[in-house]
Amino acid sequence: MHQPHGTDFETRLDQLRREAREKGRVGDAGTHAAGGPMPNPSSSNNAFGYFGLPFLKPPVWEWMIPVYFFIGGIAGMSGLVAVGALIKNEFDLARVAMWSAAIGAIISIILLTADLGRPMRFIYMLRVFKYQSPMSLGSWILSAFSTFAVPGLVFTEWQIHSSIPIVHALAIIGIIGSAVFGVFLATYTGALIGVTTIPAWNAHRAILPFHFGMAGLGAAVAIPILLGFPEPALSSIFFFAAGAETLVQIYLTFRRHGAVDAALHHGKPGWVMRIGETFSGPLPLILAGLNVWFPAAIIFLLGALLARFGWLAAGRTSACDPESLLASERGAQPAAESKVPYVINPSIASFGSMNKSQR
Amino acid sequence: MIGEGIHSSNQRRHTYVEDEVPVGFFTDPTLCIGCKACEVACKEWNHVPADNIGWTGHSYDNTTTLGASTWRHVMFLEQPKQRGHQIAGTLNNGDHDPSRWLFLSDVCKHCETAGCLESCPTGAIVRTETEAVFVQNEVCNGCGYCVVSCPFGVIDRRDAKLPDKGGAFKCTFCYDRQASGLTPACAKVCPTESIRFGPLADMREEAANRVRQLQRDGYDDAQLYDPVDTSVKGIHALFLLLGKPEDYKLPPHPEVPTLYLKAAYGSMIATAIAAAAFALCAFAFM
Repeated sequence: MHQPHGTDFETRLDQLRREAREKGRVGDAGTHAAGGPMPNPSSSNNAFGYFGLPFLKPPVWEWMIPVYFFIGGIAGMSGLVAVGALIKNEFDLARVAMWSAAIGAIISIILLTADLGRPMRFIYMLRVFKYQSPMSLGSWILSAFSTFAVPGLVFTEWQIHSSIPIVHALAIIGIIGSAVFGVFLATYTGALIGVTTIPAWNAHRAILPFHFGMAGLGAAVAIPILLGFPEPALSSIFFFAAGAETLVQIYLTFRRHGAVDAALHHGKPGWVMRIGETFSGPLPLILAGLNVWFPAAIIFLLGALLARFGWLAAGRTSACDPESLLASERGAQPAAESKVPYVINPSIASFGSMNKSQR
Repeated sequence: MIGEGIHSSNQRRHTYVEDEVPVGFFTDPTLCIGCKACEVACKEWNHVPADNIGWTGHSYDNTTTLGASTWRHVMFLEQPKQRGHQIAGTLNNGDHDPSRWLFLSDVCKHCETAGCLESCPTGAIVRTETEAVFVQNEVCNGCGYCVVSCPFGVIDRRDAKLPDKGGAFKCTFCYDRQASGLTPACAKVCPTESIRFGPLADMREEAANRVRQLQRDGYDDAQLYDPVDTSVKGIHALFLLLGKPEDYKLPPHPEVPTLYLKAAYGSMIATAIAAAAFALCAFAFM
């Protein structure tokens, strides 16, 4: 139930006055207990819990966070592509991948800082290390990744014009370090939203890191594909990532959790998710199969970005939906207590008859 | 208890912080009269800014929820149920239509295992000597991860338009008052001692006695809300409830999100290894 603000509440007051004039009484949410002036908070109007108000707080994150999930995924997995390119002595591909990694790392830090309530205190993220907090772990992973990726790019560019052996060694260390921390940078974001109290997110805690990681991997190879690198490994990785994303979409579509993850399938977030997942899964898979690589890569990037926005929007909806939380908590209980639709006070009827017999 | 006057643990000075005694609230809706003095006292003492409250139209509750600028929230519930053994009058048509009007002052639960504390990446959220969960405003950088980690939807980030913008805020258990031997402002001001404050063990005992007393008096659905059998492992703000927890916007089985770490980290490590293995093999052999 939304709470009116500002001039809205005058309008609401007028509505209530009109209702009172016409019907002789006001019933916001439907039934009245004991014919009283107040609506019953829990059993009226199919409202769940207390007037249908949210049990949880929705995430405060804005557009920067889904964009960061997308950019961080590309940057992280680009480190891996750079190592692969080194194996094959494809120095141009390694350079492109390191540019993605380093620029992505810098943009990621800017996005995360901008989303903080107090951006000047970004460095406080590194005050402590807590493995039990994915946010803390992620801050350290991003810091470590940037420490390797940015100098890694500098040394990779420098070693082209230089014959100093240490520069070559440092470039290789930078590239390998970017790959090691990069694979975790691209996947921890799934754990970040999976390890929360929001039902639609924590129901998929095991699939989210895989989902985000595969989207990052596909997006990371989409960039050199767009730049026209004719490397067969890139196309096979693209097939792998798009195939994995297709499986994730099939899983999410068919293995539903009822009210718990309804937000992923219904309304606006549901559509953003559906379009995003189709664009980063089956559609690029078909296009790549038809050997039209340019549109396949573009659509994959677009889909991966959209799906991140879909997850955030679905999280907001799920947190504000008391039914989602109650269904999620019922899942943790013995099956005997599972009742849909949820009955808040099933004993009302029998209680009434008992009173009559007392009189 | 009522009748103890200045000897009540709500009124006398104490040394719980120095002695490191775990403390707790016990909030009893059967005694609450819905005056909202606790909300006001909390705002006044802690300099909490006004929140932009509107007109809900569904009850006298226009506060609706706890948040960054609301650390006590009085709920108004009307339930179609009899008040204990008391028999109300009949309606005009002869029907008996029982009703009870309840108020409950909600507050941060100060969990034994707190989702916000576990998830805070800056270490801004700490546990005090009295086992309360406390947010250090000077350290919080406003990342917002505690907001999605609280199983009770209590903590929130403060709006950019308000003083101290961008930080996460919730009930401090009046740490400053407690450190000087005073009772938290809400408990001190509560005119019916519906909000009780004291050592947690005493509060648990008092709550159990009150539940027994009410059940004896015909409140057959009186129960204590203290989720000790979940991953939260108990709370420092006990609530007596008439009816189900969800009627009071309290989750029946709150879980701390750290419960999900194993599956999420397992998937993260497996994905990282699988991606690296596939990508490197692709480059090496294709």
